[in-house]
Formats: sequence, structure tokens, C-alpha cells
Amino acid sequence: MNPLTTCLVGVSPPAAFLAAVDWHGMLFLLFALIACGGAVMVALTDNVVRMALHLVLSLAATAGLFFLAGAEFVGSMQLMIYVGGTLVLLVFGVMLTAQTKLVALRTPAADRVVAGILAAALLAVLVQSAVSIESWRRPGRAETQPPTATPIGMALVGVRVDSPPETAESRPRSGYLLPFEIVSVHLLVVLVGAAYLARAKRRKTPRPIDILASADPPPPPPAASADRPATSILVGSDT
Amino acid sequence: MLIAAGTIGVAHYLVVGAIMFTTGVVCMATKRNALGVLMGIELVLNGANINFVAFGSTYLAGEGRSPLGLDGEVTALFVILLAAAEAAVALAITLNFYNNHGTVDVDRADDLHG
Repeated sequence: MNPLTTCLVGVSPPAAFLAAVDWHGMLFLLFALIACGGAVMVALTDNVVRMALHLVLSLAATAGLFFLAGAEFVGSMQLMIYVGGTLVLLVFGVMLTAQTKLVALRTPAADRVVAGILAAALLAVLVQSAVSIESWRRPGRAETQPPTATPIGMALVGVRVDSPPETAESRPRSGYLLPFEIVSVHLLVVLVGAAYLARAKRRKTPRPIDILASADPPPPPPAASADRPATSILVGSDT
Repeated sequence: MLIAAGTIGVAHYLVVGAIMFTTGVVCMATKRNALGVLMGIELVLNGANINFVAFGSTYLAGEGRSPLGLDGEVTALFVILLAAAEAAVALAITLNFYNNHGTVDVDRADDLHG
């Protein structure tokens, strides 16, 4: 019987109520709703600042889903790298390009309709394939292991200490030392390349932004602003 | 697809991942702002990451046997790292495009068409 219904039927003290509620299911529902709702709002809104906000919500809720699935290290990395790093980068990009006419670029309605139809078809195929396999629908066991990052950390330096899956105990299993090195060098090269691409260049021809900016009337020059600091310094040194 | 007590399995995570993947694809296809396209890419990568973690989780495996084991979590970590690298490069390209053209509208990036 559903523990929630037994709890609601019987007269229950708060402690028994707290123990009987299926917290895993309820937290999963909460995080899944925030993640999916944020993703849908990212797709629906045209304002790029609101898109960034909804993306933050969605990715943080995804980290909550990772915690619920027992992947604590991946969840914390999701919070630190994705929400703390990548999205801050994206928000900086939004701020650096935030002109009034660029903040809300409208998508044509015909594009929205076609994309909606295709998305519904793709979602139907994916959900159908997700729920069609019976062993994937089985509930997980309520086993509690102490959360530790030891298996993942040892695997990243090439030693596997996690218990092998029962189907493949005879096969030797490799660690991830080589992919770890490749990814770290790749990250270094990519960051150097990004800094090179985004550097401020000296230009021979003016940029279109500069032309647009110079089309505006220049501000009136302040009267005699060049020699005023010098006189004030002189006055200050005299007194 | 009812969510009753104690029935959270791999399929629930797959449905969440499918929704995030689909909305990411819609973002990539319809957004005119280049940063919106980038956010769509992030959503797609996260949808795939949810699937990796769900298949690798020992909590969600039906009879104590997860198909991927630790491989799922490590793959998700690598995906997160590569997404960070991809976001850095794509943002640099976007800023370059903005400096040269004065816009981030991807429909205006048609200098190479004949």
C-alpha cells in the first residue's frame, strides 16, 4: 500500500508522517518539474536575459536530480562548473552584447509552429523508447551507501576500486587516466584559443559599432577642463 | 507514467532527459540570438547527461545491477568539462562576430553565401 495514503488515513504523529512520506519521489517530482519547466521557458521566451535566468534554474534542478540518483560528485561538479562557471560566462556574453534591439530578437511564428511540430514528434519517439523497456521502469532499491568520491577519484587516476557489475566480473576494466589527461590538455588549449579569439585587436578600418557610435552627436566638450587639474594641484601644493 | 511512492526508476529520468533534449533542439533551431543557440546546446548536453547518470546510477538499477556503473558518472563529468570548453570557444566566436558586424543575429551571418 502506498505509504502516503496509509499515513493520511491513520492518525499519525508528525514523526511518523515524515518517515512515511516518499521523499525520494517527491523531491524527484519537484526537481523534474523545475528542470523541465525551466527548459521549456528557455525555449519559449524571446528575451535573452530571461532565457539565462531560466537556464540557471533548469541546470541547478538538474544537479538536484543528480544528487537524487546517487551521483553526488557529478551533481556538485554540475553546480560548480555549469551553474558557477559556464552560465556566468554566458551571462557575461549577454551583458557584453546587450543592445536594446538585440535583447529580444523575435522568432517568426511560422518557425515556431514548424519547430513545435517537429519537437512533438521527437519527444514522442524519445518518451516511447524510454518507457517501452520494462526493466527501466522498475523502481530502484532503497539502499543507502555512504556518499563518497573515492571510486570516481581513483578511477580518474587509473585504479578501479568500485565493485564490478555482476555481468562482467571477468573482464578487466580500465581507468580513465588517459581520457583525463586528454581532456585537461584539451581544456587548456581551448581556453588559450578562446582568449586569442576574443582579444582586443588593433584595427585599420573602423568597426561598424564605431561607425554607429560616431553617428551620434558627440557630447559638448567641457570648458577648459585641460588646465583645471594643474591649477588645483598648484593651489593644493601652495596651501 | 504515474509517479507513485517508491517507483522512481530509470525511465523517469529518461523522460526528463528527453524533455530537456527536445527543448534544447527547439532552442537551437528557432533562436535568432547566437547566445540563445548556445543555451540550446547547453540544454541538449544536459539532457544527455541525465541519461548517462541515470543509467550509471546504482540507486536506480532494478535488481542491483546498473548497466554502466561508474562509466556513466565519469562520462557525465567529461561531458560537463567539454561543455565548458565549448561554451568558452563559442562565446569568443560570438563576441568576435558582434565586434565585426554589430549584431548577434545568426540570420545576419551570411557573408559566405555565394
